[in-house]
Amino acid sequence: MIEMLEVSKSFNTGKPNEFLALDKVNLVIRRGELTILKGPSGSGKTTLLSLVGCMNRPSSGRIKLHGVRTSFMAQGSEAESLDISSLPERFLTEIRRRNFGFIFQQFNLVRGISVIENITLPAFPTGENYADFRRRAAGLLEQFGISRHADSKVEWLSGGEMQRVAIARALINDPELIIADEPTAHLDSRLSREFMDLVAGFRKEGRTVVIASHDPIVFTDPLADRVIEMRDGQIVDQGQP
Amino acid sequence: MSHFINRQRNVLDFAISSLLRRRLKNISLLLLYTLIVALVASLIFFVQSLKREAALLLKDAPDIVVQQLMAGRHDLIKTSNMERIAAIRGVTEVAPRQWGYYFDPVFGANYTVMVDTALGYDSGNAIIGQGVARNQRIAAGDIFTLRNAQNTPLLLNVKEVLPYESELLASDMILMAPRDFTLLFGFPEDAATDLAVTVANPRETITIAGKIAEMIPNSRPILKSEILRTYDSIFDWRGGLMVTILLISILSFVIFAWDKAAGLSAEEKRETGILKSIGWETSDILLLKFWEGSAVSLSAFLLGVAAAYIHVFFFSAPLFAPVLKGWSVLYPAFRLKPHIDLYQLSTLFFLTVMPYTAATILPSWLTATTDADSAMRS
Repeated sequence: MIEMLEVSKSFNTGKPNEFLALDKVNLVIRRGELTILKGPSGSGKTTLLSLVGCMNRPSSGRIKLHGVRTSFMAQGSEAESLDISSLPERFLTEIRRRNFGFIFQQFNLVRGISVIENITLPAFPTGENYADFRRRAAGLLEQFGISRHADSKVEWLSGGEMQRVAIARALINDPELIIADEPTAHLDSRLSREFMDLVAGFRKEGRTVVIASHDPIVFTDPLADRVIEMRDGQIVDQGQP
Repeated sequence: MSHFINRQRNVLDFAISSLLRRRLKNISLLLLYTLIVALVASLIFFVQSLKREAALLLKDAPDIVVQQLMAGRHDLIKTSNMERIAAIRGVTEVAPRQWGYYFDPVFGANYTVMVDTALGYDSGNAIIGQGVARNQRIAAGDIFTLRNAQNTPLLLNVKEVLPYESELLASDMILMAPRDFTLLFGFPEDAATDLAVTVANPRETITIAGKIAEMIPNSRPILKSEILRTYDSIFDWRGGLMVTILLISILSFVIFAWDKAAGLSAEEKRETGILKSIGWETSDILLLKFWEGSAVSLSAFLLGVAAAYIHVFFFSAPLFAPVLKGWSVLYPAFRLKPHIDLYQLSTLFFLTVMPYTAATILPSWLTATTDADSAMRS
């Protein structure tokens, strides 16, 4: 579970171009649920995702993670409740690497290297045996029906295939939480529905999914446990509990 | 431990994959880098070997060489001075040395002609260097002719050709009996080119040299240490040519490293953002850049040093030979004996590998410290 208490985030603090991206947000994201953040561009969805995903720290307020895996607290144990609001980058990265999988709007794949290399990238610095995560990557390729592209360069793939690669990459470290920022922005309606079918699969596996999107195919999906509406850095509708 | 090794292996794996992605750029970089290292390493190998050969030869040089001066120029010295020098306390031996240069107009070569009383051969016999043998196309048992001071031929029988190992200094040498030397140059019998003085205690050399200079007016005693110093200053780091080539190489390297340090391409910055967003730490990215830099610089260093070794010790340094081997008309066709100075090689390593690796890491460090969410906003 992720708990946000009075969380604000401002950028360019103290400069003339300072702006408040999130304004005293209170939110609880429950384990195993599909939560969708909707709202226009600039409403603070991506900022909220980056804070939830330990990519950045809030300017004020508290963010607590419950039941996450860490190596720096008790050896390999799950932290009962961990306040990540002011953790140093090294610890945030550790939490992110072990617990979160990210799917980006632009896919953010590394060009010039193969599909399988892209998928295994998050596992490289973990110190895990190469053969082990390579085997896992092969399984994910199989699962998403792109095994034949394993050694192809990512730039040779279609938009839908690239997204499958991005999803497989998000799953390589077997995360409990999946965070997706505008995942269907570059997909047509058919591929967008296919993506939501994959999300249904994650939910069935018990993973927590948080998606930021202003695509109706996403936020009207009946699978969503909650649709949270944002505007001007604030939550204007908490959605169904 | 296995976690640490796996991390290094995985990141190194990705570093090599990254380098291969920009194959053309990185191969040209590697070639240029290898060339610079090869040039400097060749110079180090070459000069070190020459110094070593010279040091070996100078090991047997006399402690003091006494020359006579006339109007500030080198003149012949009277052998009658020998007794007076030998009488100085601390001098163990004084020997006359007769040597000079002979220009052979037929073959267009300059030979160094020397008297060697220890030869054990009579007049009419000679021992020649490899260069002379090649130049005149003669071997042991042949007869060759030199034109003497009276412009009549002096016939000499080749008894021996000096061994290959002595080629560096003895390539253009002709050793003969005193009688033939006198005939060849019309050399006065009571004179020598210079006198070789052996001193019992090396600490007394300077004092004895001072006494000789006082005893024989217009004489110039040359100490062995002075000769060694001259060789050193010719071939050492401070030697003009060496410094010039080194400076040019280091300058090219600085320009090269500066270009690298000047910043990352937009593509590289984007990738750093992606890696951070998918869970790479700043230290992971620096490790990646360290391996990238090390892979290029270490490969270039090893390839450059290997190329230099082949250039100097297998092909006798054709790039430097005409400049650094000396002024002789008969260039020695010798192969330098491999000799590697680990101190100088380590200096080269630190001057090339370290700055390049640092130049690779520093700009990446600036990029890698940006927030992980930058990739989400790109």
